[in-house]
Amino acid sequence: MKILVAVKRVIDYNVQIRVKEDGSGVVTDNVKMSTNPPDDNAIEEAVKIKEAGKATEIIAVTVGEEKAQETVRKALAVGADRGIHVKVDGTIEPLAVSKILKKIVEKENPDLVFMGKQAIDDDCNQTGQMLAAHLNWPQATFASKIEVNDKSLQVTREVDEGLETIEVNTPAIITCDLRLNEPRYASLPNIMKAKKKPIEQINASDLGVDTNPRIEHIKIEEPPKRKAGIKVASVEELVQKLKNEAKVI
Amino acid sequence: MSVLLIAEHNNKEVKPFTLNAITAASQIDQDLHVLLIGSKADDVAKSLSEVPLVKKVLHIDHEIYENYIAENYTAAILKHADKYSHIICSANTFGKNLMPRVAALLDISQVSDIIKVISPDTFLRPIYAGNAFATVKSNDEKKCVTIRPTSFEAAETTGGSAEIEKIDAADQSENTKFINREEIKSDRPELGTARIVISGGRGLQSGENFKLITDVADKLNAAIGASRAAVDAGYITNEHQVGQTGKVVVPDLYIAVGISGAIQHLAGMKESKVIVAINKDGEAPIFSVADYGLEADLFEALPQFLEELNKLNTIQK
Repeated sequence: MKILVAVKRVIDYNVQIRVKEDGSGVVTDNVKMSTNPPDDNAIEEAVKIKEAGKATEIIAVTVGEEKAQETVRKALAVGADRGIHVKVDGTIEPLAVSKILKKIVEKENPDLVFMGKQAIDDDCNQTGQMLAAHLNWPQATFASKIEVNDKSLQVTREVDEGLETIEVNTPAIITCDLRLNEPRYASLPNIMKAKKKPIEQINASDLGVDTNPRIEHIKIEEPPKRKAGIKVASVEELVQKLKNEAKVI
Repeated sequence: MSVLLIAEHNNKEVKPFTLNAITAASQIDQDLHVLLIGSKADDVAKSLSEVPLVKKVLHIDHEIYENYIAENYTAAILKHADKYSHIICSANTFGKNLMPRVAALLDISQVSDIIKVISPDTFLRPIYAGNAFATVKSNDEKKCVTIRPTSFEAAETTGGSAEIEKIDAADQSENTKFINREEIKSDRPELGTARIVISGGRGLQSGENFKLITDVADKLNAAIGASRAAVDAGYITNEHQVGQTGKVVVPDLYIAVGISGAIQHLAGMKESKVIVAINKDGEAPIFSVADYGLEADLFEALPQFLEELNKLNTIQK
């Protein structure tokens, strides 16, 4: 079984986001970038499946500018066998990413495609479902547990009401929740080894996919700030404030 | 052209967030049709027809829709999509799972999780866990939009009498099978719609200690939330998680207990009307969004809080 894992480079989850004064976006210069957190879970799950003897090859793929390659390199250090970097500059929407990934799937013929359920930058939560639609494959989104069988998977999904389990036949798309597993850190020897693993570079324009944005970003602004609050000295004071000042209890 | 809203339901009742999405959809266009895909869901069709903002209910009733499977819903939606300018649903796990599949097949770049309708093609949506707001304009001819339910009021549910039109089912997917759903039944208000939410974090130190939270929740008739750290640690189950990748809540009162306030948690609760933080670390970021901060050991403060509440003559429900 072959697993393709899609990863995205985003502003690190610990960075305090700053909005540019001209309203054109957020500050990315000299800001720490990392792999989108649930994409780390996607890689980890693929590696675990391979370690359990159920997968033969893991391919990590990313779509983005030159530096996006770092996320593929990290995936290689954690256990992916080879990488693909589809180069494209500027903003790229989930719809275009899903069309690019479809081309990669057609080229590589994986049995499974894993990715994070949502990217923490645009918070769109679309790419996996869109790829599943383009391929007419089943989708199991927000996965927190995966059981691999011969020609199918049982996937436990985190939904608003609790947990839901579905069975999908392979080939399938799985989008991963943060609770799926505990992503490992790459060891130094594995980071060194990863430098020798191949990363194929493809230009998005060579794939014949229209990557022009369909959505115009008119303005990016800071959200309204909350009025500064106060510290109360005791529980008694807190309850009095809630009752008589805020009038919420 | 009219707008089409996809209803979320359990074949017996409309799920509450559908009503918030109806409000948002009606702000895009008043000619609002609701698509109900279900099995033996006549009661749901009837209650949707009574929502005054709804002009028409399209009802597909077939046993293949007994459980919600995105693949099957998508096929049903696509059969009717061409007559509508917008396809809309709520941005909860129901809509997040469904809408991109529909959008991709219509070749539409979806607008996710909007918090405001500026015009039929322009919307406000939070990005970067709510640390920035983007005003976005969709240039696709047809639009697929998901609605952040807590940013819109729930629509009135009585007084309307929309026509109910029965329509045909679509093909069933052979490749996805529903197995089961573990729904935790509770008498408490739902987290997404509760007037008061009390949430616990890593500071609770164990699942047993969450009893301190539930005792206060019982007294205030509050829903129970949690930080991701508390869910990851197994103190409480996933449907309680509030935050960027969990639920977004906007209660009148949000009480954060033993939660440091990572930006991912703040993303899920900082629009609450009144925020209380109880934490022993005075430097915790949660205090930066709190209207009332109490720097105290939660193991002392929570029992005292319950005691003080017990002293009150009346508590709003």
